[in-house]
Amino acid sequence: MGPQHPSTHGVFRMDLVLDGERVVRLKPVFGYLHRNHEKIGEGATYLGSMPYTDRLDYFCSLTNNWAYALAVEALAGLEVPERAQYIRVITAELTRLQNHACLAGFLLQDMGASGTPLMYAFREREKILDLFESLTGARMMCNYMRFGGCRCDLPPGWAAQARRVADEFPRFLDEFEALLNDNEILMSRTQGVGVLPPGLAVNAGVTGPMLRASGVNYDLRKVDRYGIYDRFSFRIPLGEHGDVYDRYLVRVLEMRESVSILQQALNQLPQGPVIDPKAKLRGFRPKPGEAYARIEAPKGELGFYLISDGSPKPWRYRVRPPSLINLTVLEDLCLGRHLADVVVILGSVDIVLGEVDR
Amino acid sequence: MLGQGIIKGMAETARNFLGSYVKPERLVTVQYPEERLPQPEAARNFPFLVYDENDAQQRLRCVACQICEKECPPQCIYIVKDTVKTPDYLGKLQFQPKTFDIDISVCMSCQICVEVCPFDAIKMDVAYELSTSGRFAQLLLHKEQLARSNQYYRNIHPAEAAETDARLAADKAKAQAKAKADTQLKAKATAPPIER
Repeated sequence: MGPQHPSTHGVFRMDLVLDGERVVRLKPVFGYLHRNHEKIGEGATYLGSMPYTDRLDYFCSLTNNWAYALAVEALAGLEVPERAQYIRVITAELTRLQNHACLAGFLLQDMGASGTPLMYAFREREKILDLFESLTGARMMCNYMRFGGCRCDLPPGWAAQARRVADEFPRFLDEFEALLNDNEILMSRTQGVGVLPPGLAVNAGVTGPMLRASGVNYDLRKVDRYGIYDRFSFRIPLGEHGDVYDRYLVRVLEMRESVSILQQALNQLPQGPVIDPKAKLRGFRPKPGEAYARIEAPKGELGFYLISDGSPKPWRYRVRPPSLINLTVLEDLCLGRHLADVVVILGSVDIVLGEVDR
Repeated sequence: MLGQGIIKGMAETARNFLGSYVKPERLVTVQYPEERLPQPEAARNFPFLVYDENDAQQRLRCVACQICEKECPPQCIYIVKDTVKTPDYLGKLQFQPKTFDIDISVCMSCQICVEVCPFDAIKMDVAYELSTSGRFAQLLLHKEQLARSNQYYRNIHPAEAAETDARLAADKAKAQAKAKADTQLKAKATAPPIER
């Protein structure tokens, strides 16, 4: 199945052994979108890798930027000014909103609800992408964070517009939930399908909404409290059964929490500089050492591991992508299910092939 | 009752469908070739070279320092230095680029060349609809195609251009003041000693 199959979210191939309609064995085949990301990162300067991180998970370029910037900041010991911290939280939560909205739309698209939920999700995403464009200049490849802050300050009127988007977002969620949550077809396609037991999820290193849908309370925003996440009050929605329906619902609930974080952050947004004055753009050479930084990206734990030898290029550059690691349990989720369920289960894992293959 | 959820969903769809006739916020499609949205100030696409006044070849701000060529992540810039120096806006003698090529089929619009340029010589364009029929030669832009006037830059990024212009004017004023002070000092030094 794949790599050209439209339900595989890109170019992903699965070797399936079927008994009639039932899946007996499943072997994922990666690498169709491999483009040497880590080796390119070792050949480029620290700054030069920043735009490449946009292309990992191209739905969430701002959280990718943040994770990489955090790793380099840990390596070089840079301080991030207050205002930049808030801007990072705001952009990351907007990214989470649009990622989860799209995921829910794509999942329904995979299930055969062609068009309607996806278009509703895209309509909302469009508003967020407009915000990204007026802030960073690009809709998807934002390349916005810099080591020690952000590239530029918010343009005039941006915060008010962001608040408007955040305030209107729950209306979309209400609409989305009314459209789908009680839908009998959706329930019969997703409830009890692709059950991920919490023990397996933890052992396989699954992170993000997929882990929380299995009932494991683990969110790096609460565990690590990176950035300034300790200043906001929000809850972590947890699933009960670990099936596809719970994964869908956890994401919808997470969007509501993101809206609340956004509103708090926009209310508290302070004035001040957006970049550490010590941060250098050209000739940036961190002292020798190593650093690992991780954040709760919309898809799970995104980590960057860097080793510096004191030169302008990292000696080792490693990405810990959430999509790839969440995908490793695919066979366990699909065994014994129908072929048509494989599509739905894959959709609920929330992968982006740019990040899986790198 | 079985089917209740489906009916509820259908009602939502119907509200959206009928609402799109009366509420503008439900009708979000922009009919692209006929209608166009205004671009935000920060929009970026591909880089261009800025020149002052009206001389596209002599007054390019670029001094062929090759910093952008080194920093460009996908390595899409190619620069050859000229052998003669010409005075820049401060009156200082500087090199000019003999060749300045950008392969926009490789460029990924990351804006790093703009950020690292110490001379405000390269900026991001906002032009889109750049499709051509050729894959290679027509996407390799030379110095002549890349040059745009400062006025053009002011039109597409007004706030940013105003800031750049102010900074360059301040530099120029400083350089002129320094030159004046230098000539005065020189004049003092070379003036004949006052006879007592």
